[in-house]
Amino acid sequence: MQLSEKHKSYWRSNLRLTGVLLAVWFAATFGVGWFARELQTLTFLGFPLPFFMAAQGTLLIYVVLIGIYAWRMNKLDREFGVQEKR
Amino acid sequence: MADSTQTQFVSQLKRYYSLYTGGVIGFIVLLSILEQMGVPNKVLGYIFLGVTVSLYAGIGILSRTSDVAEYYVAGRRIPALFNGMATAADWMSAASFIGLAGTLYVSGYDGLAFVMGWTGGFCLVALFLAPYLRKFGQFTIPDFLGARYGGDVPRVIGVFAAILCSFTYVIAQIYGLGLIVSRFTGLDFGIGVFVGLGSILLCSFLGGMRAVTWTQVSQYVILIVAYMIPVIWLSVKHTGNPVPQIAYGYVLQQVTAREQVLNDPTTPEGEREAEVRALFSQQQAQHEQKLRALQAGGKEYLAQERAQLQATVTALKTMPTVAPERLADAEAALATFPGEVASARTVWQAAADAERVRAAPISPHAEPFAAPDEAGREIKRKNFLALVLCLMVGTAALPHILMRFYTTTSVKEARLSVFWSLLFISLLYITAPALAVLAKYDVYTLLVGSSFSELPSWVSAWAAVDKTLMSVTDMNRDGIVQLAEITLGGDLVVLATPEIAGLPYVITALVAAGGLAAALSTADGLMLTIANALSHDVYYKMINPAAPTARRLAISKGLLLLVAICGAYVTSLKPGDILFLVGAAFSLAASAFFPALVLGIFWKRANRTGAVIGMVGGLAVCMVYMYRTYPFFGVNGSLWWDINPISAGIFGMPVGFAGIILGSLLTRAPALQIQTMVDQVRYPRLATDNEVEKV
Repeated sequence: MQLSEKHKSYWRSNLRLTGVLLAVWFAATFGVGWFARELQTLTFLGFPLPFFMAAQGTLLIYVVLIGIYAWRMNKLDREFGVQEKR
Repeated sequence: MADSTQTQFVSQLKRYYSLYTGGVIGFIVLLSILEQMGVPNKVLGYIFLGVTVSLYAGIGILSRTSDVAEYYVAGRRIPALFNGMATAADWMSAASFIGLAGTLYVSGYDGLAFVMGWTGGFCLVALFLAPYLRKFGQFTIPDFLGARYGGDVPRVIGVFAAILCSFTYVIAQIYGLGLIVSRFTGLDFGIGVFVGLGSILLCSFLGGMRAVTWTQVSQYVILIVAYMIPVIWLSVKHTGNPVPQIAYGYVLQQVTAREQVLNDPTTPEGEREAEVRALFSQQQAQHEQKLRALQAGGKEYLAQERAQLQATVTALKTMPTVAPERLADAEAALATFPGEVASARTVWQAAADAERVRAAPISPHAEPFAAPDEAGREIKRKNFLALVLCLMVGTAALPHILMRFYTTTSVKEARLSVFWSLLFISLLYITAPALAVLAKYDVYTLLVGSSFSELPSWVSAWAAVDKTLMSVTDMNRDGIVQLAEITLGGDLVVLATPEIAGLPYVITALVAAGGLAAALSTADGLMLTIANALSHDVYYKMINPAAPTARRLAISKGLLLLVAICGAYVTSLKPGDILFLVGAAFSLAASAFFPALVLGIFWKRANRTGAVIGMVGGLAVCMVYMYRTYPFFGVNGSLWWDINPISAGIFGMPVGFAGIILGSLLTRAPALQIQTMVDQVRYPRLATDNEVEKV
């Protein structure tokens, strides 16, 4: 089947969203991890910042990222008319 | 399925599981009343394990089925929320439940690689895999590889890799089961393994995925309640705040302050610590000297040493007045003296290594990549990040997790279900670092500095059970406990928390039941994955596609039994260390599956040749690196860029990606039919959907 322009634009939006979320995921995990020693002097809620990030912060970011993805994609499905029939 | 029936189904499920959770809490209350009435601990332990296991078995038997879709993918009607709970239980293994907090206690910041790695992988599952696999909508992961790349070869490689990583992982679970059962019931380890295995089979044998799903949901409830109660209690005890995740920032500061005092030889406490560490340093030097002498003298040196010990014993025996302990010590030294050069070398090397660790100053809990010099810190940072990446990608490639996303009602629900999964998983993973710090605070402030004549009761109780978990020796004979005198095995942290917090025995039994639930739920999912790969992918898809439903299910169940017996047999041989087995499974999955799955969805040009080269190449590189570098295999090859064998996937993954890309570009693009299939996977609804057979 030939995909319509609309289908292609849905897939591009999906790739853009995936890319942005992946970049946040990467920065939160490996960016903070790489500079952990340099960030050691900063504190947050009484924790040294890198410790807080690795123990709690990034986990919360992950949950939010997946939440955003599910919400945005489910909305995108409807906008582009590719949502499942129920 | 119509919307209204599904809504009704969901509300019914919510009612059942709310009642169930209430029942669990009521049961705990009932047992604590029994404890107050004087029922002995051992009986309480039996009741606890017995009732929970029969509960799972009951659910398993109620969910029996002879329908193929029900057996393999629970009828594809699991609501997102419940699939989230089941995935969480499927995911959190004995290693997460019992081992994680202990690892964090021992290695501080560096242990957080496991916390991030085992959660962040779900971002990859959500973004790259779950919705697409759901749309694909078959039964197993090799199914996808077979359909996407065409032909039996990719499928066979998929089956091989699925079995390899699932089996490695299941061994670790059965091992955990055996330990828990034997510790809390006093049964022999081997019998513990088979009792645990019986419970696994009861859950999954009759109902396949459907039964496993509903037992996993109930196991999640038990394991999370069991994990939270003692930590909350400990947090109230030390901070007065019932939210440990927030409260422990303050406790961490106290721990850091204590570390500085104990590491500083100018303070009175620090001075005594330094004294004990110097003693360990001396012992280490002695062992190293012996090793050198052994290297030079070989057999003769060993015989000479033995003769000397023999002479001491004889001399002591002839002496009229000698303390009986001295004679006993000398006899023990003679009895345990290694008989061969090789065993002497291992024993002394292990002793010297252990003493070197104990002679070193405390490494600060909150400091990332603590090491004496810059080069050491650099190596630790590299390994930390490599491990995080391997665990994450491995998470997104373990077939028993991915399989769970076939069971939701729709693509939309699959996306939501990853969100719920990670939410439920994070609940435990955010708590584990808090538990480690609270336990450390307890040890650093209450145990260190206490007198040997009045040790806290949990210390003596656990020291009596297992010396590797807990032991304190008065090295410098000052009658006071120094931190360097304490040996604390990681697993103790979770197991002993109820007693450290001063909770009744019922809670200890609850923790054991929680550990059991964690190990059972993961083992269930894994064994089902292996049996399904063999029965569905090998037997039905490749050997006999005309097989009737009843035959397929019978074969599946028979294989489940066979896999269980193999698993128990291998476990009873006690191979290697558990954490390595678990880590190996992740690296293997990351190298074999992830590139082929992701490129299969996101790159239409990927073809069969590429997939075969990439999967085989990635897996081979990963396995060879592990074989060469992991001490267990005895090759002791050199490390590549100082990367530890547990992170072997860091080399396997790029090879996998490169193999698929190069292999595909050098050969022809896949058939149009396959490209159409990729489009179908990408869009939740497409006009061509109806042409594809739906089961």
